[in-house]
Amino acid sequence: MPMLLEAKGLRAGYGPTHVLHGLDFLVEDGGVTALLGANGAGKTTTLRAVCGMVKTEGEILLGGENIAGWATEDIARRGLAHVPDGRGTFMELTVEENFRLGAYVRRDREVQADFERMWAWFPRLRQRWKQQAGTLSGGEQQMLAIARALLLRPRLLLLDEPSFGLAPLIVQEIFGIMRRIRAESGVGILLVEQNANLALELADRAYLLETGRIVVSGPAAEIREDEAIRRSYLGY
Amino acid sequence: MSAAEQTAAVPLRRPETTVAGWQRAALLLAGLALAILPAFLLESFQLFQLTMAVIMALAVLGLNIVTGYNGQISLGHGAFFAVGAYVTAILMSHLDWSFWATLPVSAVVCGLVGYGVGFPALRLGGLYLALTTFSLAVAVPQILKHKAIEDWTGGVQGLFLVKPDPPSWAPFDPDQWMYLVAVLVSAACFLLAWNLIRGRIGRALMAIRDHPTAAEAMGMDIATLKTRAFATSAMITGIAGSLSAVAVEFVAPDSFTFALSISLFVGMVVGGVASILGSLFGGLFVLFVPNIAETVSKAAPGVIYGIILIGFLFILPDGFAGLLRRLYARARRGAG
Amino acid sequence: MEGLAHQIIAGIATGGIYAAVALALVMIYQATHHVNFAQGEMATLSTFIALSIIQAGVPYWLAFLATIIVSFVIGVVVERVLMRPVQNAPVLTHVGVFIGLLLIIGNGTGWIFGYTTKAFPSPFSSEQPLLGGLVSAHELGSTAVTLGVLVLVYLFFRHTSLGLAMRAAAYNPRSARLVGVRVGWMLALGWGLAAAIGAVAGMMVAPVVFLDPNMMLGILLYAFAGALLGGIDNPAGAVIGGFAVGVLENLAGAYVVGTELKLTVALAIIIGVLVVKPSGLFGRVVTSRV
Repeated sequence: MPMLLEAKGLRAGYGPTHVLHGLDFLVEDGGVTALLGANGAGKTTTLRAVCGMVKTEGEILLGGENIAGWATEDIARRGLAHVPDGRGTFMELTVEENFRLGAYVRRDREVQADFERMWAWFPRLRQRWKQQAGTLSGGEQQMLAIARALLLRPRLLLLDEPSFGLAPLIVQEIFGIMRRIRAESGVGILLVEQNANLALELADRAYLLETGRIVVSGPAAEIREDEAIRRSYLGY
Repeated sequence: MSAAEQTAAVPLRRPETTVAGWQRAALLLAGLALAILPAFLLESFQLFQLTMAVIMALAVLGLNIVTGYNGQISLGHGAFFAVGAYVTAILMSHLDWSFWATLPVSAVVCGLVGYGVGFPALRLGGLYLALTTFSLAVAVPQILKHKAIEDWTGGVQGLFLVKPDPPSWAPFDPDQWMYLVAVLVSAACFLLAWNLIRGRIGRALMAIRDHPTAAEAMGMDIATLKTRAFATSAMITGIAGSLSAVAVEFVAPDSFTFALSISLFVGMVVGGVASILGSLFGGLFVLFVPNIAETVSKAAPGVIYGIILIGFLFILPDGFAGLLRRLYARARRGAG
Repeated sequence: MEGLAHQIIAGIATGGIYAAVALALVMIYQATHHVNFAQGEMATLSTFIALSIIQAGVPYWLAFLATIIVSFVIGVVVERVLMRPVQNAPVLTHVGVFIGLLLIIGNGTGWIFGYTTKAFPSPFSSEQPLLGGLVSAHELGSTAVTLGVLVLVYLFFRHTSLGLAMRAAAYNPRSARLVGVRVGWMLALGWGLAAAIGAVAGMMVAPVVFLDPNMMLGILLYAFAGALLGGIDNPAGAVIGGFAVGVLENLAGAYVVGTELKLTVALAIIIGVLVVKPSGLFGRVVTSRV
């Protein structure tokens, strides 16, 4: 059985400048892979590359199918959801409309059931149902962004720094929900996160990026235990 | 290619001055001589057309300052052209002023009107300004026809006036003299604009166009610069209007429909946005292309205008001047 | 007093036309953040097409429907062919393309159909006077048609998933792609819908002002004024603005400035709104950053 996501020699950049210099990484079916590294290491660009928002070279296999060079909307329609940096919610639209957009490409009859599942995971969103997304708090917007992405019923979910700019308590809450999602939905996750400790707790595989190259890779648990890596790369 | 052309291509970079001062002066004189020559070679009607082309080039130059260099899109420059024409016409026909005396008045009035339009323009983003000036252009003939000012403007009939007489010492007929007047006044305005654009003010105008936030952070007084750009622009186009009034010897509301404003805009794009030299090509285009197109059909000029406009935007967005610039650069690379 | 009432009612009738064109403008604005200067010319072309179909012997309402479909297709094609290649170009380029379009369609219409003024049929018989002669059957009927279109458009944007996707694509194209919305086609659809609405407006106004290639120029200005008055990013606001401008125009024409300055009234409203309250009565702020 093919891997859920497999990148081979992935290069990407903006205009003539290259940011990624040949990455190889995997996400297993239902697994969580964490991409770690300092600012500017190329984590966000990696996610953008996977969902077709920047020009790439190399192979990106989603369930064995090479999606490199595809348009973002076609990649989304193949079951890849992305919560970008800055969240990518529709600020001008209501929570309900954001939900409906999340399920925009779906033609099955279980959309309503999925709405209810999201309400169970994110009860706060139900309370804000008719409110404009722009009026939500930062944490609620992050929840809305994740819910919106999950409503695509993705095989793979890309998350770009879900803890960014949020209070520690809210971050705990969101990672708590993500553990639930992982256990209950079986979606694979490719996670970019500054907070390495949190990310390694959730992940089962991790890659450490430095200036566009993978410098360390392996099972998340091992990396978490490795004193040397922790001190030299993760800084805690 | 001139230094100003280089600044247009690469904003915010100090132009390299490789041409020595005397060379430039010689070039300028040669150019002027070349511009005067047609006065003695062409038939009267052809000379009149060339006169109008020079005047249109001047009007396009005015538009280019505010729209090309400063990025404030105006689709209503025909209005300033009309104001200039009417100021000259009213002063000459009602008060018997000489043409030369009306020029500074026309410049001041148009500058003030431009300043007045520039103020609300400050609050409008690109598209809204285009839309507001567009409606100004459409409304102008109606305003000019209105009864309340009919005593001055002559209403629908318009006003008749005569070309300035050539000075008694000069061996020119009125048509030749008119051409020379247009060339001299336009040359003076082009020189003024060139100096303005290649200096500090020009760089500031382009900085505001390309990087407004950065320009503001650098301490530029954006509001003042923008309104003054509008005033200068209106003044130059207005002077062109004054020239056209005496060249045609007649002003009437229907000479200043929104088609005029559109022509100036098309001339600017085709000649070259943010290019002094391009304004010259723009003037020639505005005058001669519709004449050629009209031989096909009455509606043809409009359709052909539209096709040329879109064609240039797609294929040559920097206009004819940009094309020449690239050819010149290639020739130089080939030679060196 | 009756004169005043008649002016107001006539104002509402023409206001309905402005409201429809204003709505078309707002739709393109919402979908693309552009204001299409050629909207009026496109509507005039549609009306000429309608006249040709009717003159070929097709019943009015069938011709009406066919015209809407043809106009929709024209709108989509224009977006695909002319706007898409320059979608990332500066505003000046967009304005240039609009002007080019205005010149081509406006003069092309004259070229093909001629410049003589033509009568255009109204589907509403005007035999007996209604409401004591205050209002003609056509005024009533065209207002009803306009309102019907407006309600349909509102329902489309609020309650269909396609309408929602169009709004999403306009607000946040990047995120819209992430949920699988084909943003490029949403823009084309916006142009198509606007062209279709413009066609309805053209067919409703033509019996009143008669059909000639420049029919829509003044109407377009009033529609701009209405759209701005209501708020360029608010469809409902644009509709209200359109009606308000219609009444205002009629009253100003009858009691203040006379008919010669009608276009100037539109200009005054446009400048007034942009200077005093650029966001319009019901819209969000639209001023430039600097």
